[in-house]
Amino acid sequence: MDIIFDNIGLYRDGFITTLQICLYAAVGSLLLGTVIATFRVSPLPPLRAAGTAWVTVFRNCPLTIVLFFCAFGLPELGIKGAYFWFGITGLVLYTSAFVCEAVRSGINAVAPGQAEAARAVGLTFTQSLRDVVLPQALRSVVPPLGSVIIAMVKNSAIVGAFGVGGDLFSVQARLTSAQGLSLIPVLLGVALGYLIITIPAGLALGVIERRVAVMR
Amino acid sequence: MSIALLYDRPGPRTRRRIQAVSIIVGLVLAALVVLVILRLAAQGQLTEEKWGPVINPANPFFIALWANLGLAMLRNAEAAVLAMGFSLLLGAVLAVTRISLPRWGRWSVVAPMEFFRGLPVVIAIFFAARVLPELGVSLPLLWYLVIGLTAYNSVIIAEIVRAGIASLPRGQAEAAAAVGLTHGQALRLILVPQAVRVMLPALISQLVVIFKDTSLGFVIQYVEAVRFVGIAIQQLRNPLQLYLTIGVIFILINYGLSRLAVWAEWRLTRVRPGAVLPKATTTLVPGEPTLTGTSAAGG
Repeated sequence: MDIIFDNIGLYRDGFITTLQICLYAAVGSLLLGTVIATFRVSPLPPLRAAGTAWVTVFRNCPLTIVLFFCAFGLPELGIKGAYFWFGITGLVLYTSAFVCEAVRSGINAVAPGQAEAARAVGLTFTQSLRDVVLPQALRSVVPPLGSVIIAMVKNSAIVGAFGVGGDLFSVQARLTSAQGLSLIPVLLGVALGYLIITIPAGLALGVIERRVAVMR
Repeated sequence: MSIALLYDRPGPRTRRRIQAVSIIVGLVLAALVVLVILRLAAQGQLTEEKWGPVINPANPFFIALWANLGLAMLRNAEAAVLAMGFSLLLGAVLAVTRISLPRWGRWSVVAPMEFFRGLPVVIAIFFAARVLPELGVSLPLLWYLVIGLTAYNSVIIAEIVRAGIASLPRGQAEAAAAVGLTHGQALRLILVPQAVRVMLPALISQLVVIFKDTSLGFVIQYVEAVRFVGIAIQQLRNPLQLYLTIGVIFILINYGLSRLAVWAEWRLTRVRPGAVLPKATTTLVPGEPTLTGTSAAGG
């Protein structure tokens, strides 16, 4: 335990970097995932096909390979930047596929009468989706989206394993290889850092899930 | 809700408009693809030197590359199958223990489950590979990967099994008790066999997650596909091409597994002769697994 307290500053910085990665990636993937979901239900066949292809690719490809592509591929396309941002980009691309599927299942869960009524009063596709269907879909989709985001927090450790430098996972390398500290307590400290985020988030999600279940 | 409900059936004018907009959108998407290809060509990424080892059988590296890549993929599969087997066993044990314990004793199972569920898999694998040798347990690298994957996935599978058992009508357990079966007999003979039917699609989806996660073996230097490519590019100098290749292989295999899950779902939920079921409601996602585990959550 002493090892954790002696290096608490390093752990705190790592924790904050991880939170930053997760925050940027969560906002990015929620937005992108919702956009892809609207693609997948749109009346335009090319958009639907593009949405389906997107989900198929990013849901079935290991995050490791997506990250390699962001780190090696994007610079080849002329996009330059720090690895920090490539890591976040990879996480956003990967997570957006799961967000899309969650939102789409939410759209499916909206009572058919809602969309029929929206059409009956003369709303266009965009209007009925934006003003009637999506707001209801997003509410019922909070629990699955929560699980997606919790999984994303855990996946951010893979971004760290690539060497973002300074995130929670890389604290371990700095303390053990650079300072030669004993491994078990150092790793327990890292694990604790992730559990501080994931366990309360999971419990909160359980509460929300029960609430939504009661409302229905 | 069906996709068709979101907009009226298009009339002739709307159909023409949809067609026109579709063509424009299609062209824009195609232009994006062409732009990326041109960019890559300008960077010298489309040369024979870069692609030859992957697609040209006459290339001196072709045979060695694919043979070793195949072996590396088999090592992924080996780890995935072992991890899936152990996770199933351990997951079933955990689920049954959790159901069978009295309420006050459940935390003894729930606490470790929550711990491993909240832990990133990559850290579980790293933990296994670094901590077990310090405790005097030295194993081949494969087993550290399997242990790390099992620690996480057995918890997820335990949840799937529990949800599967909970989804059965109460009458099943009550009838089992009424004919005098013990709790264990009821689970073994009545509940678990029925739950497996419900769980099968979710279990196959979880296999996709495990298979993807075997690529994390690279953090402990286990030479699976990703690590192999990392080694191969030191000589071949074509990272994009090789990562694209294994990316496509992973996508094809996992896509196949996902289709299998959808098929299993369809097989298990289709109306059997004589069964009276309410008329199936149309959904956007025919055969979306009802219990998606964490595969729906990105592992």
